[in-house]
Amino acid sequence: MSTLEHVRGLKLKFGRLDLAKEGIIEKLLFIAALSSILLVFFIIAFMLKESIPALALGWNFIFGMTWCPGHEQFGIFPIIVSTFVVGTGALAIAAAIGIPTAIFLAEFSPRWLRNIIKPCVEMLVGIPSIVLGFFGLMVLVPFIRDSLGGYGECILAGWIILAIMTLPHVISISEDSIRAVPEGYKEASLALGATQLQTIRRVLLPNARSGILASLILGMGNAIGETMAVLMVIGNPEIPWIPSSILEPVRVLTSTIVLEYSYMEWGSMHQHALFAIGVVLFVIVAIFNLVTTVAIKGRFGATAAIKGVIGGR
Amino acid sequence: MKETVIKISLCMVALISVAVLFAVVGYIFLKGIQVISLDFLLKPPNYTALEKGGIFPHIIGSLCLLAVCLLFAVPLGIASGIYLAEYATENILTKSVRFFVECLAGIPSIVIGLFGLIFLVYYLGFGPCMLSGGLALGFMILPWTVRASEEALKAVPRSYREASLALGVSKWQTIRGVVLKSAYPGIITGILLGAGKAIGEAAVILLTIGGLVTYLPHSLLDDVGALPVYIYTILTVVPASRDVAESHAFGASLVLIMMFLMISVFALFLRNRYIKRMSGSRG
Repeated sequence: MSTLEHVRGLKLKFGRLDLAKEGIIEKLLFIAALSSILLVFFIIAFMLKESIPALALGWNFIFGMTWCPGHEQFGIFPIIVSTFVVGTGALAIAAAIGIPTAIFLAEFSPRWLRNIIKPCVEMLVGIPSIVLGFFGLMVLVPFIRDSLGGYGECILAGWIILAIMTLPHVISISEDSIRAVPEGYKEASLALGATQLQTIRRVLLPNARSGILASLILGMGNAIGETMAVLMVIGNPEIPWIPSSILEPVRVLTSTIVLEYSYMEWGSMHQHALFAIGVVLFVIVAIFNLVTTVAIKGRFGATAAIKGVIGGR
Repeated sequence: MKETVIKISLCMVALISVAVLFAVVGYIFLKGIQVISLDFLLKPPNYTALEKGGIFPHIIGSLCLLAVCLLFAVPLGIASGIYLAEYATENILTKSVRFFVECLAGIPSIVIGLFGLIFLVYYLGFGPCMLSGGLALGFMILPWTVRASEEALKAVPRSYREASLALGVSKWQTIRGVVLKSAYPGIITGILLGAGKAIGEAAVILLTIGGLVTYLPHSLLDDVGALPVYIYTILTVVPASRDVAESHAFGASLVLIMMFLMISVFALFLRNRYIKRMSGSRG
């Protein structure tokens, strides 16, 4: 055996050792990365397993009109309708305030004013939802009761509180997508003699449309998945019904789970039904998130901002 | 003329969010500050009337839950982030990892709470305790930590890696010694923002821990209190004297907002320093 071969062997050996160590580290990191997949599968599996008896009721569950666990009646249609009513209204308010704000921030605002408004909007996301709900309960509910009548705890209160929660997302994504419209479009329009307002209406907004739309769909998903804030202000009647006025108390999917989980009997149909509500909620929110992702694909928009916010419960 | 009117009305609308923020925080502050005293902050609730007394166990409980949550989510998140940013080649597997991270981020918190209830509390048999609550919170912020780490790592200039690799340093040593070192302020900022979310979250822990407690937790499997759950519970479950319950809820809300503010101010401070350093190194 020559020296040369010996050295080559050593080199190979150490090289392999090093490579092995690097390989192990890479494997470990890979396993960590897989944990998210695993977690999602676990969540889906456990939620489904617990809810199958209720989901097996089929249309009677989704489209059943009465929810009365004491009498073994588990129809969640009124709850689903209420959820969408509360979510849509909140979104309408958030859009009415959020889109003009986004236009102002992107086009008109002087720098110093933007530096005040923007951080305030960001802080708004941070108010814990339970605190916001409590504020709604103490301020908004008595105000509605005194000025408009009814119980005070009602759809309208839910709209306002949820609008406050979704507003920051709508503002930041819409602003980003307005800013993402190429400068040249704007300049071309201005050069043709259009005023700033005409430019905004005819050039900026149509081009930013997909981003703004995405922010709204995303906001809807967030609003529907929101729990504590809305729970405190919407009244949650014992037996839910389809509301006919915005001053009526309602029950939404999330609040039903929180209110009833503590006294459900483990293993009963009631428990399965509550988990099934969780599954329904999961599916609805997942659809909204998916539509958002599709809506912004391949357009000007705020992909990064959206990614940052999808998790922003 | 018309332009000016529209401009001014847009400005008015834009100021609504500012007004709302000040209204909410101001109101909570004014009401809360009347309740806050050393006794309120440092004493446990009364045994007989839980809405009376202080909130000390709940403050500590919130911090403990946050610690467990971060202990779970941070190492896992950073490791996933490193894999996604440094090792992953664009194939179906990494794409699906990213997709599932997004999925996880999109799951409503109440569903994560239900999962915590069935999986941690019942299936694994932890019972309602600090471990269950902390882990469930960890599930919730895991996507944040993954994303924050991945993005911070990707922001590190390619030339840093190349310089290190060219010196004969191995890939892992490069990541540990060079890439992580310049990315860590970004990672920490992202994690702190996640922590701010976690500390105010009520739905997840409501289902995975008990309710009001009068004592401090001694182990991971002990029952533990948390401020958001405290606020919810004294308002709904034990309103023997409604006024006391409400004023204490204001106090607890103020403490909660303060905790959140401290975390986010620290995060913003780090972010600004980080941005300054990055632009400094470029110039």
